[in-house]
Amino acid sequence: MSITFKENEVKEVKFEKKTSEEIGLKLGKIKIKNAKFGEKSEILNRTLIINLEELRSLLLEDKNLKDVDVKIARPGESKRIIPIKDVIEPRVKVSGSGKIFPGFFEKSETVGIGNGITHVLEGVAVVTSGRIVNFQEGLIYMNGPGACYSPFSKTNNVVIVCTPVNGMDKHTHERTVRLAGLKAANYLGQLGKDIEPDENEFYEYLPFPKNNSSYSLIPRVVFVHMLLSQGLLHDTYVYGIDAKGILPTIISPTELMDGAIVSGNCAAPCHKHTTYHQLNNPIVEELYKRHKKDLYFVGVVLINERTDWSSIELASSYAVNLVKLMDAQGAIITEDGGGNPETILMALCKKLEKEGIKTVLVTDEYAGRDGASQGLADVTVEADAVVTNGNANQLVTLPPMDETIGELDTIDIITGGHNGSLKSDGSIEMEIAGIMGSTCELGYSNLTTRLR
Amino acid sequence: MSKKKIRVVHYINQFFAQIGGEEKANILPLMKKGPVGPGLLLQKLFNGEAEIIATAICGDSYFAENIEEASKKLISLITPYKPDALIAGPAFSAGRYGMACGAICKAVKQKLNIPTLTAMHPENPGVESYRKYTYILPTTTSAKGFKEVAPILSSFCLKLCQSGEIGFPEEEGYIPQGFRVNVWANKRGAARAVEMLVHKIKGEEFKTELPMPKFDRVSPAPAIKDLSKAVIALVTTGGIVPKGNPDRLEAHNASKYLKYNIAKVTDLKSGEYETAHGGYDPVYANDDPDRILPLDAARELEKEGIIGKLFDYYYVTVGNTTAVASAERFGKSIGEELKKAGVNGVILTST
Amino acid sequence: MTKEIERVGIPTVHMCSIVPISLTVGANRIVPTIAIPYPMGNPELPLNKEKELRKDLLKKALTALQTKIEKQTIFK
Repeated sequence: MSITFKENEVKEVKFEKKTSEEIGLKLGKIKIKNAKFGEKSEILNRTLIINLEELRSLLLEDKNLKDVDVKIARPGESKRIIPIKDVIEPRVKVSGSGKIFPGFFEKSETVGIGNGITHVLEGVAVVTSGRIVNFQEGLIYMNGPGACYSPFSKTNNVVIVCTPVNGMDKHTHERTVRLAGLKAANYLGQLGKDIEPDENEFYEYLPFPKNNSSYSLIPRVVFVHMLLSQGLLHDTYVYGIDAKGILPTIISPTELMDGAIVSGNCAAPCHKHTTYHQLNNPIVEELYKRHKKDLYFVGVVLINERTDWSSIELASSYAVNLVKLMDAQGAIITEDGGGNPETILMALCKKLEKEGIKTVLVTDEYAGRDGASQGLADVTVEADAVVTNGNANQLVTLPPMDETIGELDTIDIITGGHNGSLKSDGSIEMEIAGIMGSTCELGYSNLTTRLR
Repeated sequence: MSKKKIRVVHYINQFFAQIGGEEKANILPLMKKGPVGPGLLLQKLFNGEAEIIATAICGDSYFAENIEEASKKLISLITPYKPDALIAGPAFSAGRYGMACGAICKAVKQKLNIPTLTAMHPENPGVESYRKYTYILPTTTSAKGFKEVAPILSSFCLKLCQSGEIGFPEEEGYIPQGFRVNVWANKRGAARAVEMLVHKIKGEEFKTELPMPKFDRVSPAPAIKDLSKAVIALVTTGGIVPKGNPDRLEAHNASKYLKYNIAKVTDLKSGEYETAHGGYDPVYANDDPDRILPLDAARELEKEGIIGKLFDYYYVTVGNTTAVASAERFGKSIGEELKKAGVNGVILTST
Repeated sequence: MTKEIERVGIPTVHMCSIVPISLTVGANRIVPTIAIPYPMGNPELPLNKEKELRKDLLKKALTALQTKIEKQTIFK
């Protein structure tokens, strides 16, 4: 933008028009190799140093917390963490509007659209733990045969172990821990604001393509992102708003990168979309990789998962209408959770295919421990293109570790565990359903199933 | 290097044993030394690496009508030979023969713990019933296809016994057994999804990773004629259990169902009952468990004489991610118990 | 489970909130309920109204058990 002052004349302000190719979000990745406690919180030579007391006092400003402990678990260490509510990646806005996780702390603004720079502490994850809220919380192994099932065995995990005040109701407990996690992530993210990133990735802002654009010959694809919204430990927040009450809507993929979607859900740790997954959405990344090459990534439609049939009918029809408005020829639909959400997945598939829009569904399976069961609760004949991220009922035996951060005995009651999961020698027999991210339905990992 | 010759027992029916046709379908199990009928070609194809030491024979009708007895008898005849493997058939399209082949493979695997192998047409009922318990190679409908399948049978048998490592159906050629097994793909799920969509939009070939199944149907049971005399039972998959979940019903993928006596209970009170189900917001159920298992309303209707009697027990399990096969098992078992108890109608609530 | 109990000959009615799943799996008599966390209730209603609602839903279910049907039927 240039401003020229002419004597006695009106100030002229010229805006240089940027083409859409230049507008977008730049993600600056700071590749953190280690994390430890120290005197001053900072990033030094790619090591994250945390002043424990400073972080603790910040989190204890919330009077709902009786106590907070912070522990570190590094990749390869003989440690396991349980029970886990959410996993969050620290990021910070360096330029551009808004703050990371808009809607939670200061006044809200949209994020990630228009020009802006966000720094990412890649290789770090804030993990919220502490007394269990309910039995849908999960487990991470940093080492051994259990490590491959979770992407968070490869991150330097800063574990926030929360003890709420006595007698707290479950809803408040969940919210308190959720906020603590976001606060901790923001505190750590800030440390990266002035650090020069190791790698920069530019994600272009995506306006809907014009009819006569040079991209009219490649297929237009939309990502339909289902969000769990069924109650305690089954909720998702969009710009801080409980997704239970939203109509399906359109959002820019770059808004997701700045934390527009926060997780409040833990419906089966294997396929829960953690806040980390929402920030690092693999469908978004893969669509961007092929954008303007053999497809045009038009944008993202969010749809919540309600618990009554008439809301489901309305939401799915509404979402399909948005996909049509975006003039899409194809849609990737990802499920969040399992069981009842499969009805929405199938309803979307049926309705989109009826409109001539080709669909691919991304899900996981509960096929029983022997893999012989029907893995989905609902099916439809139009669902002829499905990607599966594994059978969550697979049984594994995991060895004891030198240290367990959190409360080990909760393994017997969490999803994936059973009465007797914890053996006397400290080893665990459980289904991978209880391991964070093992069958992520956004397609984050390489686990899949084949038919024998 | 001399490898030990693999000792195989071959199972065939009365027809392939050249004993007779339908008129001999009732013959009892018997053994003959060495290969018989189709076994002769198999033996040749083993090329010295294996030999058919004995042939087990049984009439198709006898086996079909006495599966347990026939299996038992055959096991006792086969065991003394101490075989390393069993091959049954091929049965092609013959239904009773296919069932017999599957059954004997299952029994031998269970009792003698040796590898088993059979072959039949993919639509033979033996496939649906027994594919989980043995390896079944596909054949044509008629026995004319024997020359084709014989070499495949013999080499599969050798592989099964020598390395024991059988890969996936696409590579090894057997009819899928129906087990979904976790494996690591080369690319992450999101990349595979985008790839699949681009192919699909372009009209190119693609392969779904999860084919949609078909569910069977049950004819509706007859309606209750006189409700005021009927015994009605309550069943729920919503996980309502006595406070503290004393029998440890799992929050997900339930391994069992439970039954609790409610003969003296008129209302499920918060604090006395709770939910064990991990798949929905528990607050409302814990506040008033009747919201999941409507006991209070049912008692009222019983008092009013609208229903004859509320059954003294309720049955509970958890539907959250519980495998369909488990649910089927529970349903069968509960159904049988209720039938024995003279229950006339069931109300099943789910979340 | 509904189907297996029906298979032994006892009429069974499935009360659930997400009807399409029940239809796909094959229950014959279906009564739609309120919502997943409270199929036979509604925390937004005062207690007496909630109990009335529950009784009504249960009565629907009993009607379903007394109704002769040829194919899958939803009793609204």
